[in-house]
Amino acid sequence: MKRLYAPFNFRGGVSPTYHKETTCNSPLRELPLPPLLTISMSQHLGAPAKPLVSPDDTVVGGQMIAAAAGMISAAIHAPTSGRVVSIGDAATPLGRPAPAMVIEPDGNHTWQSPLPPITNWREVAPRTLAERVGAAGIVGMGGAGFPTHVKLSPPADKPIDTLIINGAECEPYLSGDNRILLEHSAAVWEGAAIIAHILKATNIYVAIEDNKPDAVRAMEQAIPADLANASLCVLKTSFPQGSEKHQIFSVTGRTVPAGGLPMDVGCVVENVATTYAIRDAVINGQPLVTRSITVSGDAVAAPANLIAHIGTPFSYLVEACGGVSGTLTKVVSGGTMMGFAQASLDVTMTKTSSGLLLLSPSQVKQFTSQACISCGRCLNACPMRLMPAELSQYIESEDIANAEASFVMDCFECGSCAFVCPAHRPLVQHMRRAKAIIMAQRRAAGPRPG
Amino acid sequence: MNEWLTPIMWIGGIGAFCGGALALAAYYLSVPEDPRIEQVTNELPGANCGGCGFAGCADYAKALVENKTSPDRCPVASSAAVQAIGALLGKAVVASGRKVALVLCGGCNTEAIRHFSYNGITDCAAAAAIAGGDKACSFGCLGYGSCLRVCPVNCITMVDGVAKIDSSACIGCGKCVAACPRNLIQLVPEEAKIHVLCSSRDKGSVVRKVCGVGCIGCRICVKLSDGAISMDGFLAKVDYTKPPLTNEELVEKCPGKCIRKVG
Amino acid sequence: MKPQAPDNLLLVSSSPHTHSGSSVSRIMADVLIALIPAFAAACWFFGWNAVRLTAVCVAACLITEWLCRKAMRRANTIADFSAAVTGVLLAFNLPPDLPSWMAIAGSVVAIAIAKQTFGGLGYNPFNPALIGRAFLLISCTGAMTTWSASNWLSPDAITTATPLSLVKETLKTGDPLPFTMTGPMTWNFFIGNMNGCIGEVSAAAILIGAAYLLIRRVITWHVPVAFIGTVIIYGLIHMTCSANAMPVHFHLLSGGLMLGAFFMATDMVTTPITHIGLIIFGIGCGLLTMIIRTVINGDYPDGVSFAILVMNAFTPLINRACKRLPFGRKK
Repeated sequence: MKRLYAPFNFRGGVSPTYHKETTCNSPLRELPLPPLLTISMSQHLGAPAKPLVSPDDTVVGGQMIAAAAGMISAAIHAPTSGRVVSIGDAATPLGRPAPAMVIEPDGNHTWQSPLPPITNWREVAPRTLAERVGAAGIVGMGGAGFPTHVKLSPPADKPIDTLIINGAECEPYLSGDNRILLEHSAAVWEGAAIIAHILKATNIYVAIEDNKPDAVRAMEQAIPADLANASLCVLKTSFPQGSEKHQIFSVTGRTVPAGGLPMDVGCVVENVATTYAIRDAVINGQPLVTRSITVSGDAVAAPANLIAHIGTPFSYLVEACGGVSGTLTKVVSGGTMMGFAQASLDVTMTKTSSGLLLLSPSQVKQFTSQACISCGRCLNACPMRLMPAELSQYIESEDIANAEASFVMDCFECGSCAFVCPAHRPLVQHMRRAKAIIMAQRRAAGPRPG
Repeated sequence: MNEWLTPIMWIGGIGAFCGGALALAAYYLSVPEDPRIEQVTNELPGANCGGCGFAGCADYAKALVENKTSPDRCPVASSAAVQAIGALLGKAVVASGRKVALVLCGGCNTEAIRHFSYNGITDCAAAAAIAGGDKACSFGCLGYGSCLRVCPVNCITMVDGVAKIDSSACIGCGKCVAACPRNLIQLVPEEAKIHVLCSSRDKGSVVRKVCGVGCIGCRICVKLSDGAISMDGFLAKVDYTKPPLTNEELVEKCPGKCIRKVG
Repeated sequence: MKPQAPDNLLLVSSSPHTHSGSSVSRIMADVLIALIPAFAAACWFFGWNAVRLTAVCVAACLITEWLCRKAMRRANTIADFSAAVTGVLLAFNLPPDLPSWMAIAGSVVAIAIAKQTFGGLGYNPFNPALIGRAFLLISCTGAMTTWSASNWLSPDAITTATPLSLVKETLKTGDPLPFTMTGPMTWNFFIGNMNGCIGEVSAAAILIGAAYLLIRRVITWHVPVAFIGTVIIYGLIHMTCSANAMPVHFHLLSGGLMLGAFFMATDMVTTPITHIGLIIFGIGCGLLTMIIRTVINGDYPDGVSFAILVMNAFTPLINRACKRLPFGRKK
């Protein structure tokens, strides 16, 4: 079977206005280098990378400039040749300042990748390929930034039978993955085949929401003849269809246990952009230094899909899209449901920057501190089947213990609850606050026994 | 006659029975308790602030009598009370001076800029987690009142975007110290009146861009203070173990206007 | 030299950065819109008195709300229309001849005591309009159970009682039933041509409004279906057990059942939050309503208001009992 409609669909979720029409037909365009690149050492989940070069050193493109610091970390490579200007704290799109390296490109773009291409990957050991993915500094590019080589090295007691390539792109405005699926269909399938080879997975699904019929058609036509058990899975358009756990349920009907990982149910989910980067790293020997990013919103003159270098300032991306038009009130890195609001356009993009949204006052809703009216809409919207109304009231009254007992830690901050709340309560922020307090308590209590 | 006598007798009877039962229960089910616990509790201020680390004054008194802690843990009790407790327990106690909480930031809304407008819950830690907080100075008081909500005596007010502590009312319990996500609050001796009201470790050039009353690291105060003020990186810090500062010249000469006389 | 903040400050908040557009005032406005057919029916059957009571209650509720918020030094909330909804619902639960001052007293109790003393919308444990009604029912029982004479039974029979009170009397005395629910009588009941509180008589008008609320997704089906379903089942059992029982459709169309099931028992603030909780709540309302109507020989012929109020008190308990397990968790 080549195309199937998702036999299951997760419970809950919301239907925001997607605004994808502004960019979904805009082809990926390569953006020239900016005058200065500010490359954060913390572009992934886990420990920040350790710089390998010092200020005033010269670097060549593709050179590893920072090494992974520990198991859950990722290497970082120079996007171009140039001089290291400084290393110091800089703002990141996620809000917390982190060490960053400022590189001034020399304009020659001397490129020397340390990774030799592997074209005969079918004959190469899975372990070697997983190490290659790690050496290329690839992280989950959908937003979480989990180091991909960790995901591709599951322990022996967790066999993986299903690989899902996540092309849901359920966030409003974003269409970069859609463009990759359209423009590089064969490459995405090849990347999927490489990942399946690494994991020894027998079933491969490319999952796409049904609001992207072009991408579905392109990917269906591009299914390689030699790839057994590869299917295209069309998902119902619903937010957060791109969430790992929910996508696994929608595609396979399997439920990842709370606190567990997809590998617990024999699945691995990889984002489309990540899959494309993995193929590039293996076949072309290219480390991850560029990525697709959608610049959109109603306060940017010419919304577009760009291929830009990591470390490019947001302001440079905006200029490349015709600058700000009208009144700019909010800048969001990522999508409008789970993205992060920015204090300024001076922040630079990272490996996880899937979008840059510039919003006018008409698109922005202010949160208030109104009381909950117990309408129950957040309960219906929550894809984790939590009770956000109750949780937020516990947290407001500082009853963190009860919030923990009501599973606040299961919340993955998708924002569905706050999206539907008629009282405009900042529900996600309440959850984040409680989670931060609980994490601090757990850290203070030391490692858990067992 | 019966109409009112019967209910009176019934209710009286039930009351007498219950009272008797309670009296018997109190006698037979009582748990013997060290009488000193009550005496010590009476000496303690009864604020139940938790500043000692125990669940309240009675709990602290119990711990004291059981010799699990020392009498100087109560930040509220007067030195006379502490001495009295020491006498009750048969211990010699050296009373330390009264300490009050102080916010080491003077960056009010007219002096310290906010570089974006924040919209969300009024909690400093939550506000600081979003794009690093709206105050352009990454060390300054955010003004969302997390300290104010934990104060057991309500002596903290928000004045023009910066927390101000009424030192005469402060009992020095230290709850606000723990509540501040930017660690701006410090317990200082009550006698100390001259302070460096800045906690920014940024370079002077950075401080000047974001705040009109920040420490720029010029070191003038270090020379004027006889070693009571020292530099910690780019930040001048008062050493509160030394005698309190009295030289008002410090206040006048500070070019950053962050050394101020408080109270 | 003071540092200068940039002119155009960006707005920064936690995600999500988009919203469905719903709001409390929109929900309340929808309820008001859904009450228009019932108001029209009230005007048709009771004329000037319906307009008078509705206007008095709404005005009294709005003024009380405004004064309370002012006195508590809190942001004013009359713009969220919740006080207006309370006013209309209270008016709909009053007999047409009630003096205006009593309606005002009920409104003040509803807003000041039942709502604002708890902190306003969202914190009130009981439905304010029903508290207002219960207050009037207990304090001014005479005025609250006096109905002007009308000829709803037959063109030549004049009565000053509501259908439910007539039936209650027969239950107490064991007399034969006062009337039969034949075709024309059922039609009278359905459109609202009978004695009763101004807004609750016309089942037809209430159903039109309820359909609007269901389509707009302001209310869900759970409470009305559980409430009315319980009444039907109870009514059927009662018919088989008792010779003196009224048919099921009498219970559905009389008293405040329709208004209660669609507009009072669906009040979000005072009802449980999970679907299972709502169903339990509805079943409880239905049971209590029918017990008060058919078992208890008290003075109040209709049990809807008290049933909902009693179940409001159980809401926190139901919420506590009906927690659900998150996705991926097992018991």
